[in-house]
Amino acid sequence: MNKNILKRTLKYIENYKVYVFGSFIAAFLSVVSSLIGPMLIGKSIDHMIGVDAVNFTLLFKTLIILALIYGLGNLFTWLLTYLTNWISYKTVNDMRHQLFDKISILPLKFYDSHPHGDTISRFINDIDTVSDGMLHGLSTLLTAMVTIIGAIGFMLYISPIMTIIVIFSAPASFLIARFIANRSQQMFRNQAKSLGKLNDYVEEIISGQKIVTAFNYEDRSFEKFKKINNTLYNSGVKSQFYGSLSGPTTRLVNNITYAIIGIIGSTLAILGKITVGEISSFLIYSNLFAKPFNEITGIFTQIQAAAASAQRIFHILDLPPERPDAIDAININHSLGKIDFNNVSFSYNPDNPLITNFNLNVKPGTRIAIVGKTGAGKTTLVNLLMRFYDVNKGSISIDGIDINTITRDSLRSNFGMVLQDTWLFSGTIQDNISYGKPDATDEEIIAAAKAADAHSFIQCLPHGYNTFISDDGGNLSQGQKQLLTIARVMLVDPPMLILDEATSNIDTRTEINIQRAFLKMVEGRTSFVIAHRLSTIREADLILVLDNGNIVESGTHSQLLESGGYYERLYNSQFAHS
Amino acid sequence: MFKLAVFLKPYKKECIIGPAFKLLEAILELLLPTIIALIINNGVANHDTNYVLKMGGLMLLMAILGFCSSMICQYYAARASQGFGTTLRNTLFKHISSFSHSEIDTFGTSSLINRITNDVNQLQLAVAMLIRLVIRAPFICIGAIIMAMILDFKLSLIFLAVTPIFAIILYFVISKSSPLYRKYQKKLDKMGLILRENLSGVRVIRAFARTKNEKQRFYAANDDLTESAINVGKISALLNPMTSFVMNVAIIAILWVAGFHVNTGRLSHGEIIAFVNYITQILLALMVVSNLVIIFTRASASADRINELLAITTSIKDNTEFLTNIVNNNTPSIQFTDVSFAYNNTGDMALENISITIHPGETIGLIGSTGSGKSTFTNLIPRFYDATKGNIFVDGINVKDYKLNELRNKIGIVPQNAVLFTGTIAENIRWGKQNATDEEIIIAAKIAQADEFISKLPDGYNTQVSRGGLNFSGGQKQRLTIARAVVSKPDILILDDSASALDFATDAALRKAINDISKNMTVIIVSQRVNTIKEVDKIIVLDNKHIVGTGTHKELMDNCKVYKEICLSQFSNEEASI
Repeated sequence: MNKNILKRTLKYIENYKVYVFGSFIAAFLSVVSSLIGPMLIGKSIDHMIGVDAVNFTLLFKTLIILALIYGLGNLFTWLLTYLTNWISYKTVNDMRHQLFDKISILPLKFYDSHPHGDTISRFINDIDTVSDGMLHGLSTLLTAMVTIIGAIGFMLYISPIMTIIVIFSAPASFLIARFIANRSQQMFRNQAKSLGKLNDYVEEIISGQKIVTAFNYEDRSFEKFKKINNTLYNSGVKSQFYGSLSGPTTRLVNNITYAIIGIIGSTLAILGKITVGEISSFLIYSNLFAKPFNEITGIFTQIQAAAASAQRIFHILDLPPERPDAIDAININHSLGKIDFNNVSFSYNPDNPLITNFNLNVKPGTRIAIVGKTGAGKTTLVNLLMRFYDVNKGSISIDGIDINTITRDSLRSNFGMVLQDTWLFSGTIQDNISYGKPDATDEEIIAAAKAADAHSFIQCLPHGYNTFISDDGGNLSQGQKQLLTIARVMLVDPPMLILDEATSNIDTRTEINIQRAFLKMVEGRTSFVIAHRLSTIREADLILVLDNGNIVESGTHSQLLESGGYYERLYNSQFAHS
Repeated sequence: MFKLAVFLKPYKKECIIGPAFKLLEAILELLLPTIIALIINNGVANHDTNYVLKMGGLMLLMAILGFCSSMICQYYAARASQGFGTTLRNTLFKHISSFSHSEIDTFGTSSLINRITNDVNQLQLAVAMLIRLVIRAPFICIGAIIMAMILDFKLSLIFLAVTPIFAIILYFVISKSSPLYRKYQKKLDKMGLILRENLSGVRVIRAFARTKNEKQRFYAANDDLTESAINVGKISALLNPMTSFVMNVAIIAILWVAGFHVNTGRLSHGEIIAFVNYITQILLALMVVSNLVIIFTRASASADRINELLAITTSIKDNTEFLTNIVNNNTPSIQFTDVSFAYNNTGDMALENISITIHPGETIGLIGSTGSGKSTFTNLIPRFYDATKGNIFVDGINVKDYKLNELRNKIGIVPQNAVLFTGTIAENIRWGKQNATDEEIIIAAKIAQADEFISKLPDGYNTQVSRGGLNFSGGQKQRLTIARAVVSKPDILILDDSASALDFATDAALRKAINDISKNMTVIIVSQRVNTIKEVDKIIVLDNKHIVGTGTHKELMDNCKVYKEICLSQFSNEEASI
């Protein structure tokens, strides 16, 4: 598992092979200069033999070389840090890029069922952790490799027997570190999970702040937050502690090795096998050898945390995507508006069938109204028509073409959709209206706004069409937001229309004006209007009354009133006296 | 940044014990070479194997002791840093809870979330580093400097001369990188915003086939973020090599000057070696310091963002004292006296010169076109905003004199936007009354016409509500929010156009049920449907920020032009005059 994550992460780095190679060279040169440095210092000390016996010419020469070596060494250290920085930021950039690409091909089900705050946490906090881990991991690993090889060379030169002891100690500390790492991995996963949960809760509460204050819920939400925060604390302490244990443990192994070498070396010296000077050099190099292991284990905490976060990122990347458009999928440019539902069955989850064997044939240009109780499946029909969800059984066709064989983009661009939940993005009003047609001229935008009856209120705003909309239109009223989304559709002027409770947040006087615009717009086009306000659907060519995913009544307004069924009761309840 | 140190206060013990044990470990580690020296000087020189073993054993013991103290340090570091983060998050969350809507709008939800998670994480890391390294590095630095001074004061002056250069480098890097870190966090917010929009607006984005453009938007933000990260990396990568180069220059200078000192016999070989060793130790310690500086610079950018948040206090000041108010039958339930209100300082009023008196037990209808100020009117009663001019009284007391809790407990509010929270249905209804019994919840649900669909759910009242109530239809959500508001049997019930997604039959039943329970309840119904409010005691007609009419349906039909227009937009002439 762990290995797979590492392998997958390394795959990302592969794109930057040249830079990795460059940083390897930089690491090599900077380590080599750091190994040569002490040697040159020793040499320069050798040039100061004693009183009146200092060879200044040679000393000067050596120091010049030393300065050059130092200069180059530092240059390469800088290059190494710079390159590893570059590589890791580019890599997480790719990851984020890929994540976003992924979520844009995930089925709607992902959006409807995954907490948004958690997803955002994966994009921000988890990615951050991965980049930190890589940043430190890369430069440490690279220098460590070179240093270890260099130090082994020098040690072998002095005493092969002691080298063997040192080399054996290295895997020991490595094994211990790995043991700890495996243990702490789970804890880091828990920590990342808790953080995601916390993020999610904060998102939920902050965006519902108004309700929170209205119900004096601050203390209770704080209690709950404290609880989640406390879970995060506990998992945080555990992961930080266990994660950081690898440092002290490897130091322990090193120090024990150091002591053993001291004992063996001294015994060897007593036996006359090596000189005292050699012991001290050996100790220096064994320290040099141990240092990279210390550093590697030191960053284990970060790497562990990074691995746990990477896993959460890969989790999203591994989700099955929406079935892609077929290779031979066709584009429909301007549909005639003939729609057929053939034996369509659908449910959001298999235990709870919603629509079964639904049949409907719509002639081009028909104005269809769908009414029914909440939960009767009205919005589901829209979800299926727009292919936000795919049918389980049966088929839907447009102009006789199965919608599964049409590219999603071209299918959707044939519909203009206005939903009850308005969605605006941060940008100017102009940007929001021209969302579906970015190259629209100012005149077109104003015409669309006028058609949607939004022009007058927009003009009253301090900056008119250039007014900036913050955070999902917080500074506009629900009705004003809806007018903007209607203007957005008006501008695109699509061949078919879907209005899902589009005017339920707008007052009726305004609505009448919009209706007028709608009527003009739906002329000769197939349209679906979902509404509970019956005044908005009286003019429809065909009214469908839905119940439990089935059509229970259909006909025109007057036909349905005459037949005296559910619709008639619904219509008359408008005038019920309470 | 140091302002935040108060959050470390509860962890004083950890902040002292942690570094203390780290110091102990450092001392033990520094002693090891000395013991080796002793072994070589006494053991090897005297061929005393026993002494070698004895001292070797001592070294092993010290290694284990060092290990233990290091573990203790890590433990306390983990506790203090995580505890610090947890306390800080709690405080921030609580603080944000006190914000009114206008403060939340200024920051934006995504920035608030980032500050509470990502920024706190940065600080947490800084605290952990502080405890692990901040004592050790300066200790070694200062110790080494003192030792160097004792050895050769004149020579150590070179080192002292270098110190200001080191300070200049530090200053340069900090001053260059800290604004960049701030920029980076800001860009992170920006990316979070785009993400949030994409998660919540997926239907619209896909309907307009704008996935590609959204990708471009995200890529741009992502690349921008990466560029910032690389820029800041470029500068912080300079710190290490520059520090090290300055120290290297010092070493070369010392060696050169030492040449003269040796020549005149003022310095021995061994002393030079010792001197260079100390300098190397100082260098290593400074490297640690410079890494700390980078971590702290980044953390201080985060600290600024957090302080910025903590510095903002809500514009709605709470009164700390509970009031004992005597209500008699003549005290009006709600009274507005010449109230005007503007959302911001630009002078655009949302309500102007509103004066109205509402008596206990009255049911009031509030009608008017989109943007006429209906929601604003209701927002002023529970003091979500303070009136810009004039006063509002509830039960005869100015709303500003109430303790907020007390005021809002009197009021049950059903917002326009049906927001539900993660938890069960029962938990969501309990928002309105924490200790509500199961019976009370069922009664509330029955009033809200929600019992019918809830009891049909497999888990009934224990059905999980997913984030934002995604698993319920618009009408179901609205009924749940109504149940939430009526469960506490508030003195004042405000329904802000909250039945818009209900079909007429349900709406009529709901109105009847509310009518039955509201004998002693003041009810304000905001609606665009004349039908919903036709039967109420008094209708207030708002138009363009002003009250243009009050009275019953009949009275208004006769003397209020705006009201008549609204009615005619909904009914035919005959229907309206019923």
